[in-house]
Amino acid sequence: MTDEQPFFRLDWIIDNADMLALATLEHIALTLIAVVGGVLIAFPVTIVIQRRRRLIGPVLGFTGILYAIPSLALFAVLIPFTGIGLLTAEIALISYTLLILIRNGVAGLDGVEPDVVEAATGMGFSRRQRLWRVEIPLATPVMFAGLRIAVVTTIGLVAVTALIGQGGLGFVIITLGIRRAFETAILAGVGLSVLLAVLADRGLVLLERALTPWARQRAQAS
Amino acid sequence: MTDPSPGAAPSASGSVVAFEHVTKRYGSGPPAVTDLTFEIGAGEVCVLVGPSGCGKTTTMKMVNRLVEPTSGRVTIDGQDVASLPAVELRRRIGYVIQQVGLFPHLTVADNVAVVPRLLGWSQPRITERVEELLELVGLDPGTYRGRYPAALSGGERQRVGVARAMAADPSVLLMDEPFGAVDPIRRERLQNDLLRLQARLRRTIVFVTHDVDEAIKMADRIAILEVGGVLAQYDAPDRLLAAPASPFVERFVGADRGLKRLSLARVRDLALSTPVTAYLGEPRSAVRSRLTDETGWALVTDGDRRPVGWVEAADLAGDGAVTADMAVPGSALLQPESTLRDALSAMLASSAQVGVVVDERDELLGVLSVAAISATLQDGTDPLGQDRS
Repeated sequence: MTDEQPFFRLDWIIDNADMLALATLEHIALTLIAVVGGVLIAFPVTIVIQRRRRLIGPVLGFTGILYAIPSLALFAVLIPFTGIGLLTAEIALISYTLLILIRNGVAGLDGVEPDVVEAATGMGFSRRQRLWRVEIPLATPVMFAGLRIAVVTTIGLVAVTALIGQGGLGFVIITLGIRRAFETAILAGVGLSVLLAVLADRGLVLLERALTPWARQRAQAS
Repeated sequence: MTDPSPGAAPSASGSVVAFEHVTKRYGSGPPAVTDLTFEIGAGEVCVLVGPSGCGKTTTMKMVNRLVEPTSGRVTIDGQDVASLPAVELRRRIGYVIQQVGLFPHLTVADNVAVVPRLLGWSQPRITERVEELLELVGLDPGTYRGRYPAALSGGERQRVGVARAMAADPSVLLMDEPFGAVDPIRRERLQNDLLRLQARLRRTIVFVTHDVDEAIKMADRIAILEVGGVLAQYDAPDRLLAAPASPFVERFVGADRGLKRLSLARVRDLALSTPVTAYLGEPRSAVRSRLTDETGWALVTDGDRRPVGWVEAADLAGDGAVTADMAVPGSALLQPESTLRDALSAMLASSAQVGVVVDERDELLGVLSVAAISATLQDGTDPLGQDRS
């Protein structure tokens, strides 16, 4: 036997299946926390600024700056306050979802036809009823488009948080793979991460179809 | 005239809607509506008509408080609309807007059920009401209940819009250019449908349009507004045509007032003639025996008495039965509610100078000739006499 390893070692994958599964679960958990957190912040913000329109510019500007900060720089800024760990990682991940979620949320609500809004008002919906029963349901397709981008982006970004001791599959890619020049770990980590992104995206498409049966019939009719 | 079909809503009557010195001013500019005072009788169709910028839609929207007057008041049966919470008021007033405004994410049934749900009706009561309303506007509940608006034609959407506005049995209906987005032929039909419905239900309807012909056809009374929301004349259509109150009204009504007065009379006002008819599958010899030298044509109908087309004596030679491909279509289809103007226009546009009159189920009622209409025009006693100018 020489020192030379084969490029891809299936035996390593099999031996470390438990570890890979755990890393994948952790990846999913980190993504879920980030996206759920992002939605919990973005949704109310969207509803407020879509009505108080002069806030739209500042809010999108601020989330745009957050989005533009490189992740390493953001970690560097946060670590003195929140330390090295989950909190820092999630603050960064959540920050990156906000621009996409809020921008699509506002676009979705703005896209509701004025006729339909006026009909709702004229028929005696209160503002709140109109928002929940008419405007939000009709904005769902555009909001979902934002959610899909946010989820796929976050799944990719989670890997970087390996640099501050988190990372899910990022731990496999960066710590086990890149640092030790071990191709099998890199391929396994990247492969699982891509698979996760594809599955999550398909899942969201199916969920959206289930939630908006009317949009499908429209597509068929036109 | 038209027999009320079973399942019609109980005929509650309309309310009196009154405008008392109503002015609407946006900012510091000139008023959009200026000191309007007029009263719409219970169960009447009042059409607001005028050029763009005359405030007709603004005026209508003050009834359900989508627009609040700057001064003056609007009352329904004597009660100031401003004394009710806007949301409650609106649920009691039917509303049909220009592009119909159906909710695309709700099925036809759920669209119609919107106001009953807001009012908290029980589900069985809502379901029953939805079925009743769809039948009322001529849509088969089984076919249409579960469809989304995207899968409907323009005319079908319009019907759903009317059903939705009627859902909670309002005494007042507001309609803002309800047929604006429909092609002329379907528009004529929808107008007739609404008139038929109104003959039965007798609601108070405030109807906005920019089309004088539509106003003349639909209205019990027309309010003509000038730019700035000044009431130029408030009168029944025949009075408006016979005695325009000002040069503005005369100009707006148009130079062809004589022709427009054809819109005052309906097909149902004339005696229809009964054609020789033949039904599909009937032996040709039997039809031949009914034709005389003067009437060389027979009208072929199907088993449901729906007209198919005309067949000529020459084609009825020999034995055998009358078949659909022998029948030549080409006559305009008219309804009793069609105005003589629409009827004449349709007849002149078709290849035969005879219109076939059918009811709302497309069953044959009779035929009408251009000659019959022109005879009416020459008859000095009717409302279609010589133009004053």
